[in-house]
Amino acid sequence: MTSFTDSAAMALNLIFSLDPSLMAIVARSLWVSVCATVIACALGLLLGAALGVSRFAGRAVLLAMLNTFLAVPSVVVGLVVYLLLSRSGPLGFLGWLFSFKAMVLAQALLVLPVVTALTRQVVEDAEGLHGEQLQSMGAGALLRSVLLAWDERYALLTVLLAAFGRAISEVGAVMIVGGNIDGFTRVMTTAIALETSKGDLPLALGLGLVLLLLVLVLNSVLALLRRWRDQEEGASSAMPRLELRA
Amino acid sequence: MTPVFALEQANVRFGMGARTLHALCDIDLQIAPGERVAFIGANGCGKSTLLRVLHGLLRTSSGLLRRDESLCQAMVFQRPYLMRMSAQNNVALGLWLRGQKWSSAQWLAMDALQSVGMAEHALRAARKLSGGQQQRVALARAWATRPRVLLLDEPTSSLDPHAKREVEALIQHLAEHDPSMTLVFASHNLGQVKRLASRVVYLEQGRVLADLPVQEFFAAGALAQRYREAHSFVKGDLV
Repeated sequence: MTSFTDSAAMALNLIFSLDPSLMAIVARSLWVSVCATVIACALGLLLGAALGVSRFAGRAVLLAMLNTFLAVPSVVVGLVVYLLLSRSGPLGFLGWLFSFKAMVLAQALLVLPVVTALTRQVVEDAEGLHGEQLQSMGAGALLRSVLLAWDERYALLTVLLAAFGRAISEVGAVMIVGGNIDGFTRVMTTAIALETSKGDLPLALGLGLVLLLLVLVLNSVLALLRRWRDQEEGASSAMPRLELRA
Repeated sequence: MTPVFALEQANVRFGMGARTLHALCDIDLQIAPGERVAFIGANGCGKSTLLRVLHGLLRTSSGLLRRDESLCQAMVFQRPYLMRMSAQNNVALGLWLRGQKWSSAQWLAMDALQSVGMAEHALRAARKLSGGQQQRVALARAWATRPRVLLLDEPTSSLDPHAKREVEALIQHLAEHDPSMTLVFASHNLGQVKRLASRVVYLEQGRVLADLPVQEFFAAGALAQRYREAHSFVKGDLV
């Protein structure tokens, strides 16, 4: 217990003194996850919106696969990206392994199914409720997907935040493809794992607290968004009730 | 005169095998330009399905549908879908989707909102408007496209009595403003049917049981003799 309270006190000291090594890791984590979320959202929003309104043979199989990817462990994604980027892999010529780019790629691939599946659900629900009216106004499938996604932008903002939460809190993929190199590819989650195994509990706890704080901020933003949207627009469309977990 | 719509032995089925639902059965119907046709019948009789077939939102499973494709059609639904934007932009969107430039669509949208008495609400968020006001914006969105055929699917059924009267008066005003426009609507409100329609089509279980001019339909004696089910409906027995 004493060791825990001592570690917690030292962790808080590291946070409030803005310890440079801690801040560097936090900044790198944020930057990796922001880049990965932006890339995944750019692709996932388009794919999800298109899937939400389109009907084609094999769609059910595609959706089942997409939903399966939601549950893929991050270490598996890390392993696949490792194999792709390793010297003998198809993308080995890029030389990205154990780099910032590799971590971004891994996290982007990890959250892409989340963004696509949630966007698909939001747009498909909206299509079921309102697609016919847009169709009667002359909107084809492509335009409907864009218009419905735009109309459900607050719900999709929640999806974006959920994706960021998933990216920043994962550890397996970035550990495998980033290598946890001090000063280069060490991020919050990999640092927590390493420092704990080394017995440097204050730094691990400090990083854990920062991570928790970030997730708390994200959840608060989600709650505020939900409340603001409900007040402003009425609760006419479903906003997914998502909670982020560190 | 070429009919706006002509249905011959049209059927609409949903599902397959034992679970097949016959939404429309052997419908023969012709609607001439300028007619005011009301579809009436109990819930689930096929009024909305028939409107959707006429508008091209649903395909017939068998039979023939001839539509004058050169005529601009617009449809207003029971619960209007207005996007998260201003009333004016919602109306402009309808025009933009039909090929108008956004800038001119804005002007035409304002014009249409004026004609439904909603000009002062043009810049308000559409979803913050009351149910009646939203339905008026939806009517403006349809009206802005200058439709030759206006289809209305129970346009007042989700409104309170006051809004009902307002929206009905507006539909009447729009219909009188352009007598050559064909008006086809589904309604449960028989008073409204009397006031707006020139012809009544009574549907039951997907079949047309009566297709009569409005005065004849509501002439109780004639209806009772020829169409017992429709007579019962008018009396309120089936509602």
